[in-house]
Amino acid sequence: MNQDVKSRLRRTMMFVPGNSPKMINNADLYGADTIMFDVEDSISVSQKDAARLMVKYALKAIPFSCETAVRVNHVTQTPFGIDDLKAILPSKPDLIRLPKTESVDEVRLVTKMIKEVEQREGFPEGSINIICAIESVRGLYEVRAIAKEPRVIAIALGGEDFIADLRTQRTQRGIEFYHARSEILMAARDAGIQAMDTVYADVANLEGFRQEVTDIKDMGFDGKSVVHPTQIGIVHEIYTPTEKQIAHAVKVLACYKDAVENNKGVITVDGKMIDGPIVVRAERIVAQAKAAGILTEEGCKDEK
Amino acid sequence: MKNKAGRELPNHIYGLKAYRPYEGLFVNPPEPVPMAGRTLRVGRPSSNKVLPSLIEAVEATGLRDGMTISFHHHFRNGDYVNKLVMTAIAAKGIKDITIATSSLNDCHDFLIDYIEDGTITALETSGLRGKLGAYLTKNPGKLKRPVIVRSHGGRARAIEAGEVKIDVAFMGVPTCDRFGNATGRLGKSACGSLGYAMLDSRFAEQVVLVTDNLIDGYVFPYSIPQTDVNYIVAVEAIGDPEGIASGILKITKNPIQLLLAEAAAKVIEHSGYFKNGYSIQMGGGGSALAVGRFIREKMLKQEIKGSFGVGGVTGLFAQMLEEGLFEICYDTQTFDTTAIQSLRENPRHVEISSSFYANPWSPGPIINDLDVVILGATEVDLDFNVNVITNSNGLLMGASGGHSDIAAASKLAIIVMPLIRGRLPMVRDRVQNIVTPGESIDVVVTDRGIAVNPRRQDLIDNLRKSGLKIMTIEELQEVAHKLVGKPQEIVLSEEDKDIVAIVEYRDGTLLDVIRKPL
Repeated sequence: MNQDVKSRLRRTMMFVPGNSPKMINNADLYGADTIMFDVEDSISVSQKDAARLMVKYALKAIPFSCETAVRVNHVTQTPFGIDDLKAILPSKPDLIRLPKTESVDEVRLVTKMIKEVEQREGFPEGSINIICAIESVRGLYEVRAIAKEPRVIAIALGGEDFIADLRTQRTQRGIEFYHARSEILMAARDAGIQAMDTVYADVANLEGFRQEVTDIKDMGFDGKSVVHPTQIGIVHEIYTPTEKQIAHAVKVLACYKDAVENNKGVITVDGKMIDGPIVVRAERIVAQAKAAGILTEEGCKDEK
Repeated sequence: MKNKAGRELPNHIYGLKAYRPYEGLFVNPPEPVPMAGRTLRVGRPSSNKVLPSLIEAVEATGLRDGMTISFHHHFRNGDYVNKLVMTAIAAKGIKDITIATSSLNDCHDFLIDYIEDGTITALETSGLRGKLGAYLTKNPGKLKRPVIVRSHGGRARAIEAGEVKIDVAFMGVPTCDRFGNATGRLGKSACGSLGYAMLDSRFAEQVVLVTDNLIDGYVFPYSIPQTDVNYIVAVEAIGDPEGIASGILKITKNPIQLLLAEAAAKVIEHSGYFKNGYSIQMGGGGSALAVGRFIREKMLKQEIKGSFGVGGVTGLFAQMLEEGLFEICYDTQTFDTTAIQSLRENPRHVEISSSFYANPWSPGPIINDLDVVILGATEVDLDFNVNVITNSNGLLMGASGGHSDIAAASKLAIIVMPLIRGRLPMVRDRVQNIVTPGESIDVVVTDRGIAVNPRRQDLIDNLRKSGLKIMTIEELQEVAHKLVGKPQEIVLSEEDKDIVAIVEYRDGTLLDVIRKPL
């Protein structure tokens, strides 16, 4: 798998019902980093096949300008998941999201199907990857192993099912998610992949949403699942670095490049030593600034 | 003949004068035009203008076959006056009437019956909608000449220049006194500004006020003065308050409209005009209000204060005026009850006539000093021409309004529209009908990118820093075609008898003709 797939910017994954042509058609307009076509929970049983086909053809016909993902039904616990994959994989989404993941076996089953389709269709290996949603305590106990499966590029918290499993309810403070978020984040980092936070369903409460996004960013999450376009701007704003951070990051990368090209030893910027993690952090800040439209390639060159 | 907008036009249009073709945005009249006047009529001391019924008012004015009457559209879709008056005229057996109104709404569909029985034989208006619009599109021969579509500024010009001679203006007024002083600020049918009625009342041969709030005291301040009024008729209701004005208009929650609004606000912010003292016209639609909300936030954040706002006024603009974000607000048409209250209470909220607003043949319509305007469109074409009058089936369903006036007069005219409606791309090779010439449009904002008119290289340079996706209009069209394909053109009748309406440019030249779809 290309390392870029694991590290690409995924501040927002927007859920789009797979049975709404209008919403599918406009899905990439709002600037989400990833659009997540849903054929699972937001689709009634009678609409499953319609949604599956609509997503299949949309992926083939519409040149979406961002990363595409499809949330399929559970592959072993429902009769729909395998059919979803058979229909959708040949349309080459970037990601398949597995709901309620509880074991590595489920992931391996899907990995095998993906590999077969890639070979059959002539897609480059690693074209289609997996994001696993942890939505139960059982899944949480397996998350470290799941995160290390080769095609898995991110772990997401599926909050609504998780709190149902815990027999609690959603609170403003989010205390019910504290352990799960921490565990998922650690597993993701240990496996070198990304961590996505759960949706915030109260779309009218933008202040509550803003607080939650601030909290999960501070925890270390790479991004958040969103259910409405109005939430995207808030996440991107919170994930947009400050001018000072950007200027420093650009300077760090320029010095690092200079050091590599000229075989320099120890690098310092503004009197502070620069090492690997600082360079990685600087790369991330620059990527976020570019995605926010406040830094261009020219801007990077100017700084150098 | 071909005009400067590239439209092939007939040399002669049945029932209409010989038109000069559209020659460009700002063309002087071919010879000096004196301002129109009217016959002096003497009022005697202590005479009573109040008549018991509209039938008696029709009799008193001496209205007869072949005359022209006018209405205003401040009561929007809640208007009762037009119907009350037409019922009285029909009861008197008068035929061959021309209606020269500032606009028509769905509530005026009943006019079809009076066209059918010959009471009405000609229409001049800014807008046509609903069943009436569809009926006239399909039956052009029902009137003795095509409908004349004028912009608000163009209508003011035509009246003041004497091209439109109104014999009797029937003006609905929410409150008036027994002397004929009237206002739209008060009363159960309060509509706010009477900007269109102010003009008709000044230039019509005779003026009949129709009110449901005739008071014994004195109306002050008044929008229509008693010196312009011949007769007054009190009726039970002049309109449906629900249709006249809503509570504060709601900002759209539609994510596409919000996306468009945000992009339009960014265009304004980076255009080079967004600075202290700038002026703006915002519309009253849901997405125009959303643009207003984003602009308000930017003004507060960047501590920018504007000079004036103009046009149809909403509660949002009234709030911005109250907050000191603008110095003054010029109001020809008030859209909601919050704005009506502002007009009543805020001395910096000023009522103006449609001539003060946009008459191109006056020394100083306020729009001549306008920096920024946000406009809608049903479709645009590769030359940036705009259609707001016919739908994708070629049916009359919109209104010219002040569209072409403000596009020409303002420094930055922004069109905001989705690139695709339903399954149809909204950027056409050629629009079906031009209401606003492309040379007066600066930017087209869509949900998939913006296009700047190539003649505005300065804007292209300024907007590069906006983060918006700048494309050519051709590229925008290509995106739409990739998504939904290229639609078939509507086939229109080429026959001159099938000309449904003509679009006069604001200076009275011929911009386009609207033909019957086959």
